[in-house]
Amino acid sequence: MRKISLDKLQSLFAKIAENAKLYMPVDNADGSASYGEWSEGTAWSDALNTAKSPKDLFFPQTEDLMRFKTEGKNIECIDIRSEVEDFVVFGVRACDAKSFDILDRVFLSEPRDSFYAMKREKGVIISVACTRPAETCFCSAFGINAAEPTGDVSAWKTADALYLQANTEKGSKLLDSLGDILEDTSDAEVAAQKENIAKIMDKLPLKDVSTDAFGGGKTKELFDDPAWDELSSACLGCGTCTFVCPTCQCYDIKDFNTGNGVIRYRCWDSCMYSEFTRMAHGNNRLTQKERFRQRFMHKLVYYPENNDGLFSCVGCGRCVAKCPISMNIVKVMKKIGGNKGE
Amino acid sequence: MQKITRENLIEKASELLANGTVSCVLGWGKGEFGYDVTPTIFKTAEDMKNGFVFNDFCGANFSKYLVSKTQKIDGKILVFLKPCDTYSFNQLLTEHRFDREKVYAVGIPCEGMADVSKVKEIAGDGITSVDSEGNAIIVSTLYSDEPVKVNTADVLAERCINCKSKKHVAYDELLGEEGETLESARFDEVARLEAMTPDERFAFWQNELSKCIRCNACRDACPACTCEKCVFDNPASGVENKSPANSFEEKMFHIIRAFHVAGRCTDCGECSRVCPQNIPLHLLNRKFIKDINEFYGEYQAGAEVGSRAPLVNYTTEDLEPGEVFDRRDENA
Amino acid sequence: MNNINDTLIPTVGVITDVRIDTPDIKTFRVVTPDGKKAFDHRPGQCAMLSIPGVGEAMFSITSSPTNTEYMEFSIKKCGCVTEWLHQAEVGQQITIRGPYGNPFPVDDVFAGKNLLFIAGGVGLAPLRSVINYCRHYRDRYGDIDIVYGSRSKADLLDYQEIIEEWSNDAGVNVHLTIDNAQPEWDGHVGFVPNYVKELGFDTNKTAVLCGPPIMIKFTLEGLIALGFDKTQVYTTLELRMKCGVGKCGRCNVGAKYVCKDGPVFRCDELEELPSEY
Repeated sequence: MRKISLDKLQSLFAKIAENAKLYMPVDNADGSASYGEWSEGTAWSDALNTAKSPKDLFFPQTEDLMRFKTEGKNIECIDIRSEVEDFVVFGVRACDAKSFDILDRVFLSEPRDSFYAMKREKGVIISVACTRPAETCFCSAFGINAAEPTGDVSAWKTADALYLQANTEKGSKLLDSLGDILEDTSDAEVAAQKENIAKIMDKLPLKDVSTDAFGGGKTKELFDDPAWDELSSACLGCGTCTFVCPTCQCYDIKDFNTGNGVIRYRCWDSCMYSEFTRMAHGNNRLTQKERFRQRFMHKLVYYPENNDGLFSCVGCGRCVAKCPISMNIVKVMKKIGGNKGE
Repeated sequence: MQKITRENLIEKASELLANGTVSCVLGWGKGEFGYDVTPTIFKTAEDMKNGFVFNDFCGANFSKYLVSKTQKIDGKILVFLKPCDTYSFNQLLTEHRFDREKVYAVGIPCEGMADVSKVKEIAGDGITSVDSEGNAIIVSTLYSDEPVKVNTADVLAERCINCKSKKHVAYDELLGEEGETLESARFDEVARLEAMTPDERFAFWQNELSKCIRCNACRDACPACTCEKCVFDNPASGVENKSPANSFEEKMFHIIRAFHVAGRCTDCGECSRVCPQNIPLHLLNRKFIKDINEFYGEYQAGAEVGSRAPLVNYTTEDLEPGEVFDRRDENA
Repeated sequence: MNNINDTLIPTVGVITDVRIDTPDIKTFRVVTPDGKKAFDHRPGQCAMLSIPGVGEAMFSITSSPTNTEYMEFSIKKCGCVTEWLHQAEVGQQITIRGPYGNPFPVDDVFAGKNLLFIAGGVGLAPLRSVINYCRHYRDRYGDIDIVYGSRSKADLLDYQEIIEEWSNDAGVNVHLTIDNAQPEWDGHVGFVPNYVKELGFDTNKTAVLCGPPIMIKFTLEGLIALGFDKTQVYTTLELRMKCGVGKCGRCNVGAKYVCKDGPVFRCDELEELPSEY
């Protein structure tokens, strides 16, 4: 365990930024926070959650894949990938840190997605334990401990200092590179902090959200549950939940004609959108109920079935906070899970 | 605190359900923390007793839901409409978007609805419950031992601070007293933007619109956006996109949408309410409304059913395009 | 970065032949610019073809893997990409990536079995690959029956090949049908599912079905009525796809991704999926 006093944080950031781009949550004028690049004087936000998750830094909302030049009947396919520079993402919460395990299983399984893989290889994640979880938090439902965030380096913020501990080789290398800006200390100093977090976690209103009714192999049992009608009834079919979600990974591939060649890019897509599954000759999910159900069945049944029981939700609560009609995975789990549990 | 209570509304709904006037009720469903209500269809009085809420957080405009919900029910649907909702209601009727005969509209008074993000700024995060008490909201949070008392007036939603009308322009039955249209300061912010230099104004919108994540919540919540197939969802349109291919496109989505609802937008404010990125989208629409008022005379979309918007109604008194250019130069 | 492969980055292919099969189906022959086959595949697998600026779409590879010179795709005109392809001339370059999906189990399950292929319309396209594969290794399989139907004679895909080659193979029986009678047709008239019932096949076969969903539904019911078990029947699914490798999420049904875990499924496996395909 190493530490640095909070009044020296800016020098820590400056030191990291000497060798790598540094991203962290920063406050916006409207009271929200988002990941931004640190430059001298940039203050690290105290916000619990950023509006969009750090997923964006590894799997950007819009990302160019390749270019084409066409001339007459001929096509030239141009690989535009370039080396990703080292970068560090600081201030990742435990829920978001866990989301990378979920994304990794999709993008790093064969055939590996090189666009994501290159960024995962170069990016170092410094997670920070939560001090003020919100009412919308339910990470513990998915076995995540807000006091023990994962990532390449874990950090804890106390009243006067930031404590850091490397978890991976990449993380150790980063901490070692910072030289004597960090001082060695014992694990004991964060113990009180961890205890404090545990106490708050125990008071959270959503702490009892249960995954018991869900998991692989439950398709037959849950797919035709009558509650889907009611739950999806007010869904607007927008993509807010999907786009603020740290684990949603569906994407579209599109071509854009620049007038001087074609850029093929990919962008986040949403299973909530009416056109998501539309084919030239039909659509296999015609109503919002089917699209709504797909999103939650995927997170709570299909994904765990393919991934050793791991759920594709980390309980970050962004969708709970942002859904225009306040319908969300918690209400789905309580309703559907309640039906099965009782 | 609202003048009308949850119990008043349940009583009214129970009566209308019992005497067969309506077969179901479109109301606000209970959430986890008091402020997170969900539009819900209630079929029985018992359902309402269990899950219906009415408090200072019931801002959602239900008018648009009538387009889809009236197609799925037998009999009439009871809808509770706040004054501002009734303008959207009329505008949808003007556009023949739902069958008036399938709706029983109960006008309810509104004292303004709260914006939970403003409540959080004052009371702090970790809200576990909200209760109304007089002109205050009592907020319990994870981090304060005692509940925090917040003045309702300090946490009103933007659209309620600038409320344009307490008058219901449509209803079958009105609970409470008939209200009046109000002089609001809703165009002040537009005037501030107009006073900017073009570069400043461009920078303002550049900054705001660059936050857009193209979730389409603004469009999907907008009562003026009721196309069965939006051009932005239509692969054949050539502009169908979930996210911008370049920085020009992200502006185009909002600008095209603002043009499309110009003259039809009632200024209900749902677009800004639902935006997960807090983009003040209503300002684009208000700019149109302000211009329409100034160019063609005062016009409020939805004030009455069947009125023709100035933009689609030619008169010889209409402004000459040249005058618009002159005004633009004056603003510049 | 050319040293790191990414399946999303395609290679260039050239259309070297365009055959007009039916009024709305053309078969395209594709090779790399240096005249080779773009990649090897197994019967039933698919490839992503694209025209930059128009779009990318998944097509089943119609030619047999035993053809080492080129690949063929029989494509029905029904969307932007296919409409564009239908206007393409010989020499036109396109992009190609693949192979994708799970093939028919031709080397294990099908080995030594009598095979019954049933197709409707453009549904013959994915079956042509496996039929020609089995014809190539004729001695590995038992009797082969092929039931194929379309709207009219002109809508029968690969008609020349069926009449001139398939029908003449020993142990291969071809049963053609069209939906409505027409003067220049002296064969069977009627829908495929009914024809299958009329033909009344013995159940000592492995069946492979491909065609419009409604045809698959009724034909499968017919086969069950004849005593077939669902474990004896294979079919292919078609859903919207973008990546081809089970990541973009579009073709997800239940815990399966049709692009990766399909398109070939055994009919009893389909029962495990929710009914949204």
